[in-house]
Order: sequence, then C-alpha cells, then structure tokens
Amino acid sequence: MFYREAGEFRTSYVEDGQTFPIAFDRWRYYAVLAVAFLVVPFVINDYWVNAIFLPFLIYAIAAIGLNILVGYCGQVSLGTGGFMAVGAYACYKLMTGFPDVNIFFHVIIAGFITAGVGVLFGLPSLRIKGFYLAVATLAAQFFLVWLFNRVPWFYNYSASGQISAPERTVFGIPVTGAATDAWATYLFCLVFVVALAWIARNLTRGSVGRKWMAIRDMDIAAEIIGVNPLTAKLSAFAVSSFFIGVAGALFFAVYLGAVEVGEAFGIQKSFLVLFMIIIGGLGSIFGAFAGAAFMVLMPVFLKNVLVGGLGWPTDLAAHIEFIIVGALIVTFLVAEPHGLAQLWRVAKEKLRLWPFPY
Amino acid sequence: MPDQLLFAIEVTLNGLMAGVLYALVALGFVLIFKASGIFNYSQGVMALFAALTLVGIMEGQVPFAHLINAVFGTELHHFGWHVPALAAIVLTMVVMIALAWAVNRFIFRHLVGQAPIILFMATIGLAYFLEGLGDLMWGSDIKTLDVGLPQGINLWIDETTYEAFGYGFFIDNLDIVATIIAALLVAGLVLFSQYTKQGRALRAVADDHQAALSVGISLNFIWVLVWSLAGFVALVAGIMWGAKSGVQFSLSLIALKALPVLMLGGFTSIPGAIVGGLIIGVGEKLFEFLVGPLVGGATENWFAYVLALIFLVFRPQGLFGEKIIERV
Repeated sequence: MFYREAGEFRTSYVEDGQTFPIAFDRWRYYAVLAVAFLVVPFVINDYWVNAIFLPFLIYAIAAIGLNILVGYCGQVSLGTGGFMAVGAYACYKLMTGFPDVNIFFHVIIAGFITAGVGVLFGLPSLRIKGFYLAVATLAAQFFLVWLFNRVPWFYNYSASGQISAPERTVFGIPVTGAATDAWATYLFCLVFVVALAWIARNLTRGSVGRKWMAIRDMDIAAEIIGVNPLTAKLSAFAVSSFFIGVAGALFFAVYLGAVEVGEAFGIQKSFLVLFMIIIGGLGSIFGAFAGAAFMVLMPVFLKNVLVGGLGWPTDLAAHIEFIIVGALIVTFLVAEPHGLAQLWRVAKEKLRLWPFPY
Repeated sequence: MPDQLLFAIEVTLNGLMAGVLYALVALGFVLIFKASGIFNYSQGVMALFAALTLVGIMEGQVPFAHLINAVFGTELHHFGWHVPALAAIVLTMVVMIALAWAVNRFIFRHLVGQAPIILFMATIGLAYFLEGLGDLMWGSDIKTLDVGLPQGINLWIDETTYEAFGYGFFIDNLDIVATIIAALLVAGLVLFSQYTKQGRALRAVADDHQAALSVGISLNFIWVLVWSLAGFVALVAGIMWGAKSGVQFSLSLIALKALPVLMLGGFTSIPGAIVGGLIIGVGEKLFEFLVGPLVGGATENWFAYVLALIFLVFRPQGLFGEKIIERV
C-alpha cells in the first residue's frame, strides 16, 4: 500500500549503510523537512512556539546528546541538567562579554565549553560502571548547580542571581530578548536541530559510533579487539555534552530568556531528558525525537483536558498529571521496553509486507 | 579545650545523628537491590507517602477529599475522629504492604529479565505516581507529624558537658531516639534474616534467583516481602524525618541524600549502608563547618556526592560491596 518495493537489492557497501534505504522513507524525510522549514514558520503563533515547538526542538537536541551517551555508549548519566546549565551560563557569559559576535557562534562555543566540562566529569567512567556511575554523575549535577548559584561571576553579580538574555540578532532579526518573532526563534532552533541530528546520525553509523556500541555491549571485549576505552568513553562524553550544552544555551537564550539555575536546570530536568530517551527508544536518533515530542505534548494535552475541558482546579490537575505521567511511563516500559522507536520499526515492517504478510 | 575543637566535636556528633537517618533510607535501597536487583529510586517518595498516610489516618482525613469535592461539589474534609499513634502506624503498615503487593503485581512481575536501567526507570515512574497519589489522597499542604517522640535539646547532655568542658553540647532528643530506633531496626533485620525461615529464603534469593527457585522458594512472595520490609523502613524514616522537619514534598528528596551513602557503602551491603551513612553525615557537617564559610556555604548539597565519587575511584564497588568480577 504505502511501500511499493519488491525485495532489497543492495549491491554496494554505501547502499547498505544508507540512513534511508527505502525510497519512500527518504521522500517522506524530505517532505517533513520541507514542511518544517517552508510551511510551519508561516502558520505558527507565539503560543504554539512557546508551548510546543521550542521545547520540542530544544529537548530533541538534549535527548540526542544523552542518547549518544546512554543509548550508544552505555554510560548512564543523570547529570544532564547540570550540563545544560553549563551551556546556558557559558552562552550568557559569551553574550555579555562579546556582544559583537553573532549569537550563532556563542551557542556553538558554549557547546564546546560544555564538552570540556563533560570530559572532566566523564573521567571517573573509566573506573566506575553501571549504577555507581549513574549516581556519580549526580555529583556533576549538584556541584554545577551549586557553583552557578554561589559564584557571582557567573551571573555577572546581578542582584536577583538570575541570568537574562540580552537582545541579539541573526541577519538583523532578533532571536533572543523580549522582542522576538515566533518564526525567527523557531527557525533558529530548527537549524541547530537539523544540523546536529545530521551530525549525530553520521557519527553513530561511522567508526566512532561502532566503537561506542562495542563499549556499550561489553567494554572488556571491546578493549580486547582494539577499541581504546579511554578515547571511546571520553569522546562519547564530549559529543554528548556538546549537544546538551547547545540545548542548554538555546533553552536559556531563546526559549526562557531569563533563568534561575536551580529551577530551570535541577535534577528534574535530568530525569525528564532520561525519560525522553527511554520512552523514545535507546540507541535511536528517531527515538530521541519521538520521546521529546511525547514528553512535551503530554503535559500540554493533560492540562488542556483536565483544566480546560473538565474545569478542575489547577493544583488537583497537577497532582493527577503526576499520577498519569508516572503510570504512563510504567505502562510504556511494561508494554514496550525498547520504546517508541521499536514500535515504529515494527509498524514499518508490517506495513512493508501488508497486505500480503506471508 | 579550645572552643573551636568543642564546636567541631559537637558538629561531629550531630553529623553522626544525621548519618543514622541517611543510613535508614539507604537501608531500604539495599534491601530491595539485594533481593531483586532493582535500584529503587522511589524509596524517598515511599517515605513521604508513608508519612502522609500516617498523618492522614491520625487526623482522620477523608482520602481523596479534594478530588471528591471537585467532582461531586461536596465539602468533605475530615471524618472527625483521631486515631491513636500506634494504631495509625499499624494501619499505615497495612497500606504499605498493599502497596508492595500492587507494585510487584502490576509492575515488576511484567519486567522480569529486563535490563537494570529499565527497572530503574520504572521505579522513577513509580516515584512520580506515588508523589501524585500521596498529594491527591491527603492534600499537598505541609503537615506536622506528632507521634509522641521527645523533641528539643537534651538537657542532661547539655548540663553534663557544660560542667565538664564549660560548653554545653546541643543534641536533639529526637536524634537520640532516631539512633536508638535505627539500631533496633538493624538488629531486628539482622535477626530476621539470620534466624527465620523467610529471612533465610530472602538471603537465598539475594544470592541466586534461579537456585532459590529450584529449591522451591516463591520469588513472588519474597519480592512482596522485601518491598514490604522496604516500606516498613520507609515508614520509620518517614516518621523520623517528618517529626524533624514536617511532612512535605522535600521529604522525598532524602532519597537523593541516601544515594551517595549507597555508593560509599556498596549497593549490596547492609553494614555498608550504616557505615556509609555515618561517614557521609559526619563528613558533610564537618566540611560545611570548616570549609563552607570560605566558599559561600550550602556545600551539603554536593559534598556527599563528591566524597563518594573520590572513594569510588579507588574502590569501584564501594567500601563493602561485593567484588565486581568481569568476564568476557
């Protein structure tokens, strides 16, 4: 019906390694890109951008980053919130310190700074494994948040202890600050998402990605066949932190505008991003997008139904939201531990065979 | 003796007391991890839930009053009776056992054989669920918990030390009671696991699931048992922390305090949880006392983690954890 193909005829290594081996998938991907770049910017308004599109795009970057570390390299990290804070504060210091440089470069440099911090906190992973490592990364989370709260240099000695993004422009169009257009912020984030997703996909299918996966599957065996655990693990930490740092910088500069570190980058954020990749599917770029979409849309949906639809008080709705989020996570894990990406894969296989499955 | 040293001793003693409470929460983690390999993040929320339920039963609150009022437009709040503390504790324990059964029946029975990270995520989901459920059942306002435990400064210690050193130590009665109860609890757990049939079955399961199954031990029963035990430990921890600082959301964050204790002591060791708790308790209080003022204070948030991290670099399985053996 949807997939009109008769068998797989791959004759070269390049064809075998394609991201979208099926022509239909490839065209759908181009169509999604075209809609995202050419249609969505013209139809969205402030509510849609702030409630759905910006958080979705930014969390997708963070989720891809964490997925590289957890899903591809097998190093469980609970320090995402702390690393996002590094990205945000690095971006803030760069924005206020070098106002003439384009914000585009600020965000990228903030990513590189976060990568450095990530490598530093990734060093114990050479000794510590499994849950011990997960808990050890909490050290990064709590220490970094404390650092940004207590050292006034990071927030430029402002009286409130908050950081707020000054107005910066790209091609003369403001993307941060108070007077931004919905489509401008959306496109600014979208460019980052597309570029980073492309980089992530190509890293993970190349030799770097295969080394990460070897380490994930069994690190001792990987070492024996010649994968250097030092470079593999630390490069995973660096790339992952780069992504998360960019996400943190965008989260602060473009999405929120003003940030109080404990509130915006607390431990809840670490768990939220971890949920995204678990629900979306570990070790899958598509899974990161699916999980981010799910975790962003669900609270919006629940709030609209419970408060808007049934007219219940907001505090009651908040409690019920907690219950439903918790129950959904558990249900998902019970029903499909490999996440939305696996559901998608299964559905696609079925569709390719349909209507003659035998 | 110089004043600074006396201060330091007082801080150390208070750190030991705080460490006992950390150890109490860590104990719940260790019990479940040993028996089922589940890293139970929801232990802190279980303590909160137990404390909320205890207060709710004692005060005679109507469960889900808020929800019922919103749906039916009624004005329910309290039944109008007060339940004595001991009876309320027993009733709360019944609730915790029911919870243990439900958790196993509806979550972990379906997740047998999954990767540890999946089980861990399930307990985070459970934590969210319980947090919402506790608030929905009993309301989210801050409650005071009074089960008749003594509170305030211990005058006897204050006076004795004043006579001996010329400076009275401030030690809370509640901390002393907590220490005694924790000691009793640990002794009880050790006796239970050494000398009763169920306790031995528990250790057998912790040792090797399949071998335990093959000699006829029911895994389902043991898991409900161990979650009930963890619920009991959570209840005790909830009473202690609730009496100390009120029953509120922040109570669930003690789980985050217990994690470095676990790392330090090893995930699989009960003595490790206790020794780890004491080291962390003393360490963070002394660090805050000695170094805190130099770097802007509030170091308690992260010091425990960094300390545990440094320990782990030298002993990756914690102080008392089982040696990690890896084969290809």
